[in-house]
Amino acid sequence: MQPIHDVLLLLVVLTNFWVLGTTRLSATIRATAVQGALLAGLPIALYPGFSAHILGLAIGTFAVKALLLPWLLSRAIREAAVRREIEPLIGFATSMLLGAVAVALAFSIAPRLPLPELHTRVLVPVSLSTVVIGLLVLTTRSKALTQVVGYLILENGIYVFGLSQVQRVPFLLEIGVLLDIFVGVFIMGIVVFHINREFDSLDSARLTELRD
Amino acid sequence: MLLLWLILLPVGTGLLAYASSSTRVRTALLLGTAATHTAVVAFLWRNPDLVALGGWLASDALGLMVLTVVSILFLTISTYAVGFLQVDRPRGGRIFVTCLLAFLAAATLVTLAHHLALVWIGMEATTLALAPLVFHRHDRRSLEAVWKYLVLSSVGIGLALLGTFFLASAQVQGRPLLLEDLIKHADTLQPGLLRGAFIFLLVGYGTKMGLAPLHAWKPDTYGEAPSLVGGLMAGALTSCAFLGLARAVEVMAAAGQSAFMRPPLFALGIASLLVSAAFIIGQTDLKRLLAYSSVEHMGILVLALAIGGVGSYGAMLHLINNGLSKGLTFLAVGNVVLLYRTSEAASIRGVLQRAPWSGVLLIVGLFAVTGSPPFGMFVSELTILGAAIRGGYAWLAILIMALLAIIFVGMAKMILDVAYGKPLDSGNAAPEALPLIGGPLVLAALVLMLGLFLPEPLREFLGQAARALGGAAP
Repeated sequence: MQPIHDVLLLLVVLTNFWVLGTTRLSATIRATAVQGALLAGLPIALYPGFSAHILGLAIGTFAVKALLLPWLLSRAIREAAVRREIEPLIGFATSMLLGAVAVALAFSIAPRLPLPELHTRVLVPVSLSTVVIGLLVLTTRSKALTQVVGYLILENGIYVFGLSQVQRVPFLLEIGVLLDIFVGVFIMGIVVFHINREFDSLDSARLTELRD
Repeated sequence: MLLLWLILLPVGTGLLAYASSSTRVRTALLLGTAATHTAVVAFLWRNPDLVALGGWLASDALGLMVLTVVSILFLTISTYAVGFLQVDRPRGGRIFVTCLLAFLAAATLVTLAHHLALVWIGMEATTLALAPLVFHRHDRRSLEAVWKYLVLSSVGIGLALLGTFFLASAQVQGRPLLLEDLIKHADTLQPGLLRGAFIFLLVGYGTKMGLAPLHAWKPDTYGEAPSLVGGLMAGALTSCAFLGLARAVEVMAAAGQSAFMRPPLFALGIASLLVSAAFIIGQTDLKRLLAYSSVEHMGILVLALAIGGVGSYGAMLHLINNGLSKGLTFLAVGNVVLLYRTSEAASIRGVLQRAPWSGVLLIVGLFAVTGSPPFGMFVSELTILGAAIRGGYAWLAILIMALLAIIFVGMAKMILDVAYGKPLDSGNAAPEALPLIGGPLVLAALVLMLGLFLPEPLREFLGQAARALGGAAP
C-alpha cells in the first residue's frame, strides 16, 4: 500500500497527461481544477497532525487553485466562445511522448539529489516533470488560454517542490506565492479577454506584428 | 521601522491615487511620494545598515545602490509623467499613476529585502505593476507586447521561485533563506543543490534582466510601452532583476563557488553583446534600438560579475550609470515620439530644428549610453575592461571593445540622422513643456558628474557592494 501522498502525487502526473492529450479547452480547465484539488490535499497528506499553518495552506490552495482560477478561465472561454485547441505545433501524441520522457528522466535524476529520501522518491520527480510539462504546454500550444494553463501547471510543479520546504520556510511565503499566481493569472485573464476582443480569436499565433 | 514605511508609503498613496477622481490630487500624490522617497533614501545614505522585521529588511550597500538608482529615476520620471499625461492620456491616467506607485513599492521591497523569498515576491510584483502600463494604448500592437511580456516574465519569475526553493533545500543551518544566515553558514550549504539554485535563479532573473537569449520580450515591450515606462523598465526594473541575481552571486561567492558561476555568466553576457550588436545595426525603430542597447548593458553587467575582483566594483558603477543614462535616453526619445507621433526612425528628421532642447538631450543621451567620455559609462566600462585584462581575460576585453564599437556606430547612425537633417514636414518649432525637459536634464547632469568625479561616500558604498559580491575596490 502506497502512502496517500504518493498516490496524490501520481494523480498529479496523470492530470498533466490529461492536459497534454486533450483538445477540448473545457477539459483542460477541468484538469487544472482537479490538479488544484490534489495539490490542496498534499500538505495535509505530507504533514499529518493538526496544524493551523498546514490547514490554512490547504484551504488557500483549494480556494485559489481548485475554485477561483478554473472559474476565471472557464468564464474566459465562455466569453470567447472557443471550444477546441487546434492541432498544435507538436502533435498531441508527440507531446504525450515528450511528457513521458520528462517523467522518466525526472524519476531517474531525482534520487541523486542530496535531499531527504522521503522527498526524492516521488515528490521531487513529480515536481520537476510537472515543471517541464508546463513549459511544454506553454510553448507548443497556440491558444492563449491553453498557454495560461501551461503557466499554471508550471507553477503547480514549483509549488510541489515548495511543499518539501514548507515547514522551514515561513507562512508568508505561501501567501505570497498563492497571491502572486492569482494576480498573475488574473492579469493574464484580462489580457486573454482583450486578445479575444481585438483579434476575434484566442489564437496567440496571430500575435505576429512585432518582429525585427 | 523606517524601511517598512518606505515600502508602505507608495502602497498607501497608490491606493489614494486610485480612489481620487481629481487629476491634481493624483499628481500631488505621485510627486509627493517620489520626493519623499528620495529624501528617505538620502537619509539612508547617512545612516546605512538599518534593520527591520528581525532582519527580513535591511539596507546594505548593494541594495542601497540599486535603491538609489530606482529612487532618482522614479523622481525624474514622475515629474516627466506630469507633462506626459497632459498630452497622452487615453483613459484618465488614474491607473497609470497607481501602477507607477505600485511599481515603486515593489522595487523598494526588492532592494531592501534580505529574505530571498521576499526578494522574489517583490520581483513578481514589479512585473505585474508595469503590465497595465505596457498596455497603455490598448491597441493590437501593445496587446501583443504585453502578452509576450507577461508570459515570458512569468515563466522567468517562476523558475526563479524554483531556484529560491532549491536554495532553501541546500541550507542546513540558520534561518531559512535569510541572506545573513546563508552567508554566515555558506560553508555548510550543499554544493549540488546550491549550483542548481544558482542556475535557476540565473535563468529566472536573467529573463527579467533581458539577457540574450532570454530577451525576446524586451524589444517588443520597450517598443510598445510609453517611453517613460520603457525608461523605468530599462533603468529600474532591470536593476532590480540584477539585484536578484547579485544576491545569488553573493551566496555563491561566500560558498566558494565562483569558478562554477563563471562559464554560464560569460555565455549569457557574450550572447547579449552579440545579439545587441547584430540587431542594433539596421534597426529602424528608436525605442527598439534602446531595447537592444539595454540588452547590451545587461550583458556587460553579468560579464563584469563573472570577471570578479575590481570587475564587481565596475559592475556596481555601471549599474548606476546604466540606470540614469537609460532614463535620460528614453525620456529624450519620449519627447521625440510625442512630437512626431511615431518612433520609426525613417519618419523622424530634424529634431534639433523643431525641438532644440529635446534634440540636444537626445544627442547627449546617445553619447552617455554608448560609454563615450566624459560620461559616467566611460569610466565604468573602462574599469570593467581593466579588470578583465588584469584578471587574465584579455580576449574578452578585446571582444567587448569590438562589439561596443559596432554598437556605437549603429546607434550613432540612427540618432544623428534623426537629430540632424531636414524636417520632413514644415512643422514649426514645437513648444517644449518644462516637465518634459527638466527630468532628463537632471539625469544628464548626473551621468556627466559621474564621469568627472565620484563622491567619496559613493566610492565607499561601491567598494562595500563589490566586496559583498566577492570582488574588490580598486
